[in-house]
Amino acid sequence: MSTPLVGQIINLLAAVLLLIVFAMLAQRRLLRLIHLFALQGAVLTLNTLVVAVTLHQSHLYFSVILNLVLKVIVLPWILIRLVDRLDLRRDAESVGNLPLIMLVAVVLVILSFNVALPISELAGTMTRGTLGIAMASVLISFLMMITRRKAVAQVIGFLSMENGLFFAATSATYGMPMVVELGIALDVLVATFIFGIFFFQIRETFDSLDIRNLENLKDRE
Amino acid sequence: MSFSHVLLQLIQGLLAVALAPLVLGWVNQCRAWLQNRSAPSLLQPYRVLLKLLRKEIVLAHNASWLLRCAPYVVFACMVLAACIVPLVATDLPFSLAADVIALVGLFALARVFMALAAMDVGTAFGTLGSRREMLIAALAEPALLMVFFTPALIGHSTALPNIVETFTTGPLQLYPSMAFAAVAFIMVLLAENARIPVDNPSTHLELTMVHEAMLLEYSGRHLALMDWAHALKLMVYMAIGIALFLPWGIARPHDWLGVPLALIAMVVKLMAIGAGLALLETLAAKMRIFKVPEFLGMAFMLAVLGMLIHFLVEA
Repeated sequence: MSTPLVGQIINLLAAVLLLIVFAMLAQRRLLRLIHLFALQGAVLTLNTLVVAVTLHQSHLYFSVILNLVLKVIVLPWILIRLVDRLDLRRDAESVGNLPLIMLVAVVLVILSFNVALPISELAGTMTRGTLGIAMASVLISFLMMITRRKAVAQVIGFLSMENGLFFAATSATYGMPMVVELGIALDVLVATFIFGIFFFQIRETFDSLDIRNLENLKDRE
Repeated sequence: MSFSHVLLQLIQGLLAVALAPLVLGWVNQCRAWLQNRSAPSLLQPYRVLLKLLRKEIVLAHNASWLLRCAPYVVFACMVLAACIVPLVATDLPFSLAADVIALVGLFALARVFMALAAMDVGTAFGTLGSRREMLIAALAEPALLMVFFTPALIGHSTALPNIVETFTTGPLQLYPSMAFAAVAFIMVLLAENARIPVDNPSTHLELTMVHEAMLLEYSGRHLALMDWAHALKLMVYMAIGIALFLPWGIARPHDWLGVPLALIAMVVKLMAIGAGLALLETLAAKMRIFKVPEFLGMAFMLAVLGMLIHFLVEA
């Protein structure tokens, strides 16, 4: 059962990723949430780098650079600027019944581990054990989008879901084709810009970023 | 089992009982340094114990046998727990007789007696303290069991010596699951030993206290025993932490030369953990009692996650 040291390091990084996703689910403060998101990007980059170096996957070096620039530097910077301009620096929202959400998240982890087990047995990659963790982090990010009411936190949930997908791609097939990866990176970047514009629109209309207001939209007759 | 094993067991038990107040003194000293206060002497807990042992016992008129025997039961439980945990060597006769689950049961026995005795006289503070203690315990105990299950799965045994053996003799391997278990264990340690985010050990006669509220009715040598048991409990928890997460240095079976080395390693590790505990307590603020279920729920969840990760990536 002794996996080589590199495999152990990859497993450790995967476990850290899962921990960060859980921390994001529980984090109430917006600024800390962005810091956690940047940390998630950094761990993801490190994981990709380890895979690239040990398995000599040269195309993965490109994703390392893309990850580092986009998810560790640019996106958190844009989000922090947005938070500053929306004056949400000290904003904290209530997350509802946190222990219940945590239990749901643990159930999601068990579910995705079960689903991923037969798939990862088919895959011949060294990183196959981490596929379950990648799926779990996608699902938990989704849960985070469901449980949050404020728009910015939902966007961070969306971005973290993309991180989970990227991690799944790295662990299942050593990364996606270059074109797909570039396309997704560009999509995420543009999406963040558009979300930023949306934030201002939402706040201008409702005087708050609470998404529940959107449910009250009705055609005026 | 030979005479030497019994001797080793006896020495280790006595060592734990004797050192426990010193460990508490060390934690208090570190805390004082970190908070820019002049620190009390390292031997202050011993002086307090001596003073209390010399004083006479004052009991309430309606105190029953429960209050009178509780200090002895609690102290005996903690001494027994200190004998089970491998602190210096692993081949202890007691250690094989009781595994980690029995250890959790021992803590529960001590806690039940303490809570019952606190309600015995019928003061408001005692009842309040024991109710809060039971709330915290009911949440901390499953988390502690879950923490124990991860190393038990790795070591294929629930006995602490076997777990220590697995970690010290096997090839060096990274266990992500153990990192989760360690964080959860620290959270449980803080809650179970009435340390700062959950309870404040230095408060007396305040509405927020939990552990101290249960000790208000004791005096003289009863109070000394309760305080000593409390110090011993902290020491046992640290020893469990060392055995599970930092087991290197504990003497192997029939390795008599390793015992002095193990003693040095133990002192260094206890000092490091004590300093870390003081740092944690200085950085954290006491949380409201209603936040404690959330805190311990988090510990439980981390422990479960550790176990799941063990099944997925390490098995």
